[in-house]
Amino acid sequence: MDLVNYLYLASILFALGATTVLLRRNAIVVFMGVELMLNATNLALVTFARMHGDITGQVLAFFVMVVAAAEVVVGLAIIVTIFRARRSASVDDVNLLKS
Amino acid sequence: MSGGEEVLFWVLAPLMVIAAAGLLVVRRAVHAAVCVVFVMIGLAVLYVVQEAPFLGIVQVVVYTGAVMMLFLFVLMLVGVDAADSLTETIRGQRWIGLLLGAGLAAVLLGVVAQATFPPSVGLAQANAVTNPVALARVLLGQYVVAMEVVGILLVTAALAGLVLTHRRRLGKKPTQRALAEAKVAALPTGRQLTPLPAPGVYAQNNAMDTPALGPDGRPLEHSVPRVLRIRGQQRSATELLTAEETLVQHIEPDRRTPDETEEDR
Repeated sequence: MDLVNYLYLASILFALGATTVLLRRNAIVVFMGVELMLNATNLALVTFARMHGDITGQVLAFFVMVVAAAEVVVGLAIIVTIFRARRSASVDDVNLLKS
Repeated sequence: MSGGEEVLFWVLAPLMVIAAAGLLVVRRAVHAAVCVVFVMIGLAVLYVVQEAPFLGIVQVVVYTGAVMMLFLFVLMLVGVDAADSLTETIRGQRWIGLLLGAGLAAVLLGVVAQATFPPSVGLAQANAVTNPVALARVLLGQYVVAMEVVGILLVTAALAGLVLTHRRRLGKKPTQRALAEAKVAALPTGRQLTPLPAPGVYAQNNAMDTPALGPDGRPLEHSVPRVLRIRGQQRSATELLTAEETLVQHIEPDRRTPDETEEDR
């Protein structure tokens, strides 16, 4: 076994996160799928850093984490605001612009 | 890769994939959150194994510690019982979504399988000055501008969170006087002026779901929180009192039970 297995794991986790985004209706669970995708990317980055003996990959993963934290704050604030206005956290209910 | 790492990977990776797949299957959002937490802790362990101990710690602190707790806070705010609806608004969305997910997995796995990777170098040399120090040298040297920008982004996000969740008051704030007058005005409808009585405390039981006893020995309905009463989760006081009396009889067989309260009940 070599480091490629980590990349396989990252690919599977990324695909599962993407499927969650496509399938689930609860906005919070959809958001968790996005988080899963970001985490899978981080795993790939850390593996690449180790593969090439270059720590820059880890720095990139660190940046991804920070941006993900900022994204979570804004995204969850939007979900809370929508919930207050519409009393629902389902992504299907946000169809006000539909004619 | 050493033998220990291999064992760890093959133990952890299937569990992580199962937990991630659980995100697709589970109905309740809280269960999904627990699944994600498991995946994230597993990733932290894998980071530490992959010679990135700093990122492993940051993963636990930032992701499982802060991000997932934020998720749980919002879940509690939005309502834990908000289960996913099963009705499909877009016809065949489930199968199309599954197909697209499987296609993405196939593409990604195919790319990884096709690519030729250089022989792994390992981070022993780069981590010679310990991993956090090496990371800090790159972060605060080569990427210092990006670091500053990310700092600005974080401050902006914090402000955005404050602004978005800020609730503007629609009416005037009621004064203490107005509140008191409203309470008095509501008296004829059966409301009371004083605070509600606390739940009961018994020899064997001290919990929110047991009613307190009034001066007449009768259980007070409204001493149990309203939510528990609506859910039908309150316990009856008589059951507890008989249990208490048998206990007293057991300890002190000579002691007489207070008759007058018995008659009242």
